[in-house]
Amino acid sequence: MKIVAAIKQVPSRDSLLKVNASGTWIEDADLSWEINEPDAYALEEALQLKEKTGGEVVVLCAGPERASQTIREALAKGADRAIHIETGEQTPSDPLVLARLLASALETEKPDLILTGLQSDDLGYGQTGVVVAELLGLPHGTIVMNVEPESNGIKVKRELEDGWFQNVWMPLPALLTVQSGATKLRYATLMGIKRAKTKEVKKISAAEASGASTIHLERIYLPEKSKRTQILDGAPQQAAAKLVEKLRFEARVI
Amino acid sequence: MSGVLAILEQRDGKLHKMALETLAAAQQFGSELNAPVFAAVAGSNIKSTAETLAGYKLEKIHAVEHELLKDYTPDGYSIAFRQLIEQHTPKHVIFPHTYQVRDYAPKLATALGRTLVSDVVSHRIDGGDLVLVRQLFQGKMNADVRFAGDPPYFASIQAGAFRADNLQAGSAPVEVLTPELTPAQIRTKPLELFRESQRAVDLGAAEIIVSVGRGIREAENIPIVQKLADALHGELAASRPICDNGWLPMERQVGSSGQTVAPKLYLAVGISGAIQHLVGMKGSKTIVAINKDPEAPIFEIADYGIVGDLFQIVPALIEALNK
Repeated sequence: MKIVAAIKQVPSRDSLLKVNASGTWIEDADLSWEINEPDAYALEEALQLKEKTGGEVVVLCAGPERASQTIREALAKGADRAIHIETGEQTPSDPLVLARLLASALETEKPDLILTGLQSDDLGYGQTGVVVAELLGLPHGTIVMNVEPESNGIKVKRELEDGWFQNVWMPLPALLTVQSGATKLRYATLMGIKRAKTKEVKKISAAEASGASTIHLERIYLPEKSKRTQILDGAPQQAAAKLVEKLRFEARVI
Repeated sequence: MSGVLAILEQRDGKLHKMALETLAAAQQFGSELNAPVFAAVAGSNIKSTAETLAGYKLEKIHAVEHELLKDYTPDGYSIAFRQLIEQHTPKHVIFPHTYQVRDYAPKLATALGRTLVSDVVSHRIDGGDLVLVRQLFQGKMNADVRFAGDPPYFASIQAGAFRADNLQAGSAPVEVLTPELTPAQIRTKPLELFRESQRAVDLGAAEIIVSVGRGIREAENIPIVQKLADALHGELAASRPICDNGWLPMERQVGSSGQTVAPKLYLAVGISGAIQHLVGMKGSKTIVAINKDPEAPIFEIADYGIVGDLFQIVPALIEALNK
């Protein structure tokens, strides 16, 4: 099976974020970056499927030059080769525009299965995968916990709400968005890291394929607090004593 | 193009718990944009479900009726709703941000060349246009998003962002639409629905919940928080990563993929407050957050907060409670 794992590079989870001077995006010069967590699980699922069925895992990533690092890390974990769609400093903020970039690269690749995370930790629209599937005319499944290859297609376990799951069958080619945490992530081995250096990374320029945006991200800002939080400070013992006092006599909940 | 269309979700004829707040959002958009409001629901034998909405102030309720819509499929739903939208040309189409909507609404919007603005938390009207607010970076930032180009404009709203008790009463006729749909158009086959574990713990009934997140670092540290829950006579709960790691059973998970709770006291320990967690607990009466990061989104909804090392604060808190 030929599998594409579409991944995104996002700021590391514990980054302290600041809004840029124009209020249009974050100040991203000094951040550290990592693979979007749900995409790491999509890559893992792709690698496990390859181990079961044979074939090839191709990493697809749209992002600026710095995304090369995240792509190398995916290759070090065992992906066979990669396609890097080089964007400007900022990856498109409209999921439809981003999906068009990914779809145009996928049209020439023609994989049997495309896996990606169910959402990104930066923009969090939770839809790029579904949009790519529709652009390519493929069936899809979202919030997938498990994939079982069958003779004429795949059976996937989807997570629903309130602790429910559903199995869904679909033909290939197809696209799945993968839920975090369904499996254990592997680490890159030293041998893997060494091998990754020689693996092919095809670079495509993003300029041509983007198309018009139908939404406009006007500005970003720190959220206003919906409640006024009383921060209880001091040494741990003092803060704890203050909290107990507040919960007993102000909120009266204990 | 005019009007606001609220597309609601149902299973086995029963409306999803977010149905009424979605209608409330549509009514609010409608009144502020001076536009009529419509509702729609799809399924098989769906008319009686649609009729349960007849007592609200709506222009019309569309019952999108087809045998092939009995079981949800992304193909069936997006084809059916596309026909509804093309026939009735609403300017705005509003969905609840449910797992099902996440599965088909982006497909529907893409088929019409549009982007769905998903997981909207609030809105305002500016120069006659709708400006939508949504969260970025796991709730660390907010963004104002505006639609560009021609309608229809698609948006899904986050659970709890609009209040169902603001719904306006009225009277609305139900109109049945039977979309053109053939079995060959539906490529995926829904199979069995199941739950993995019997729920032994009903977090929904707990008055006090102590909930633990990534900040606890290791499974071995969970007992520290269990002790705090015991000291408060509360139930122990967790955010998703803790249950994914198997450190606590899934039945103790709070959030969009776990349980929704609204206890008297919710004490979040080492939980940053990603949106998926907040939607499961933000209705709690009193919220306390203990976190090392003063910028953690959990503090946006907390009544009381302690910024610092949970490994020092939690034992101090247990001691203070036992005094």
